[in-house]
Amino acid sequence: MTVSFRFARLRDLVLVVLAFGFVVWLTLGAHAADLLNVSYDPTRELYKALNPVFAQKWKAETGEDITIKQSHGGSGKQARSVIDGLDADVVTLALAADIDAIAEISKKIPANWQSRLPHNSAPYTSTIVFVVKKGNPKGIKDWDDLIKPGVAVITPNPKTSGGARWNYLAAWAYASHKFGGDEAKVREFITALFKNVPVLDSGARGATVNFAERDLGDVLISWENDAFLAVNEFGPDKFEIVVPPTSILAEPPVSIVDGNVDAKGTRKVAEAYLSFLYTPQAQKIIAHNYYRPIDEAAADPADLARFPKIKLVTIDDPIFGGWTKTQATHFGDGGIFDQIYKPKS
Amino acid sequence: MASTLAAPAAPAGRLFPGGLVKPSALPGFGPALGYTLAYLGLIVLIPLGALALRASGLGLSGIWAIARDGQVAAALKITFGISLAAALVNVVFGLIVAWVLTRYDFPGRRLLDAAVDLPFALPTAVAGIALSSLYAGNGWVGSLLAPFGIKVAYTPLGIAVALVFIGLPFVVRTIQPVLADLDSEVEEASASLGADRLTTVGRVVLPPLIPAALTGFALAFARAVGEYGSVIFIAGNIPYVSEIAPLVIVQKLEENNYAAATAIAVIMLLISFAMLLLINLVQAWSRRRSGHV
Repeated sequence: MTVSFRFARLRDLVLVVLAFGFVVWLTLGAHAADLLNVSYDPTRELYKALNPVFAQKWKAETGEDITIKQSHGGSGKQARSVIDGLDADVVTLALAADIDAIAEISKKIPANWQSRLPHNSAPYTSTIVFVVKKGNPKGIKDWDDLIKPGVAVITPNPKTSGGARWNYLAAWAYASHKFGGDEAKVREFITALFKNVPVLDSGARGATVNFAERDLGDVLISWENDAFLAVNEFGPDKFEIVVPPTSILAEPPVSIVDGNVDAKGTRKVAEAYLSFLYTPQAQKIIAHNYYRPIDEAAADPADLARFPKIKLVTIDDPIFGGWTKTQATHFGDGGIFDQIYKPKS
Repeated sequence: MASTLAAPAAPAGRLFPGGLVKPSALPGFGPALGYTLAYLGLIVLIPLGALALRASGLGLSGIWAIARDGQVAAALKITFGISLAAALVNVVFGLIVAWVLTRYDFPGRRLLDAAVDLPFALPTAVAGIALSSLYAGNGWVGSLLAPFGIKVAYTPLGIAVALVFIGLPFVVRTIQPVLADLDSEVEEASASLGADRLTTVGRVVLPPLIPAALTGFALAFARAVGEYGSVIFIAGNIPYVSEIAPLVIVQKLEENNYAAATAIAVIMLLISFAMLLLINLVQAWSRRRSGHV
């Protein structure tokens, strides 16, 4: 009696262990030929278009099947997931500061990552533009129009959104040139701008939804590519894009996560994936998805025509001095952005 | 000795001769307690311990400095203030809802009763998106309020709406069973003895409900303090105006400032714990006073 009872329990135990092992084997097995691309919100559609093309190319070259998984979210949050252990093979984030954070804290990426690929490791660029209601009822043409009383401006929170940091810096670049670098006046301008912001969403997509669906605000400051997507989706009869004469050159960079690809044995395919982004084939898709291509010759002229030539200030301009400095001065704890909201005491 | 052991109505918690625990008719205290401790340890105590450990690197003075930082202090004030207000609103209206659902029978009562649980089941982000689209200036409710100059979404009022929404079931579900156990004969007796309606409600119906209402209040309050998903969509998230403490935690994490984030979490934990303790004390006091459980 007792013996058979014990036996039953032992058999159950063995079954449970076997079942568990099977699940683990399935999970690990399935992941062997997977590549995980951890990216930010507005690249969802871009990588959806790029990934199957790369998979096909890889299959043709090596005979291997590859599935590329996409993960999207706020750029800062995505970087933190990788720091905390999300086993991304490649990161394609909104700004270099986020990849710097991964390199510095998790040590899974070498500090010199940005020099490993051409063009500062940014295979495509974008800029910051305005989306307004059809007919532009408030007559918004340039950054100056955003600080007028009665104009409600929608932008996400630079503390949580990479895109919002570009928005903020584009405005800063404009004001800095306007006031000849007088920082007190530039701060005043930025403060006035953010006084016109009724809602600070945590991410770029949330801000777009607030503007387009909730009818909130008169102007949305947005990634150029997201602006095109929003106008397409919510109706060209309702919204239009206004490109200011000055803006910022947004360089969303990419990198492999060395610590992860070495552990998973995916270095070769991950490197091929990022190099693929620079090929004419990928550049054409990039331009078609509203990102500005590095290689304009590869792009469809009709796609290129959508990007007006404007004055673009880079993050390495002396008024910013690179991401490390900018991040600390503007968006760090107690930085200029925090001071904007500090009540006068 | 033996007679003490057999005494049936010994108060709980007393030390019993021959052991620390009151003997029970059912065996199995050892494994059950072991399981309880292991489970609570894994699920509650170890995570909280890790939290405290992570924050302890800052020291008490460091945590205090963070609590006094303008933006953090403002967010804590907003979180706890609005949570308190929302829990108060829920006690009043939850009581009415519970009363209607237990005391009257009407078509659709069961449906309404089931609807009370919806805020439990709904993912908080869904609730937040639904509420903000409803209360935005162009939403169904928001467009009705707009002519009166009342803005709900993207203001502190919006936070209150979200917190009332997610807290309601806690109050209703704690009051309902007590209300169902309450004999309506007592009210009838009170009425037949000449008490008017207000006296009957105030002196006969309400007192036994107070402990349950307090429990519901405490649960709704605790839930509101920790609420994130539904609030960020409707709050507006403007620092010093409509920014809740959990969002400040997220921002500190964005800055990879884990120590500050956990410090704010510990501060919230301490305030919540103090408030729940206070509510428990009031509850015990009112239970002793009214003699109801």
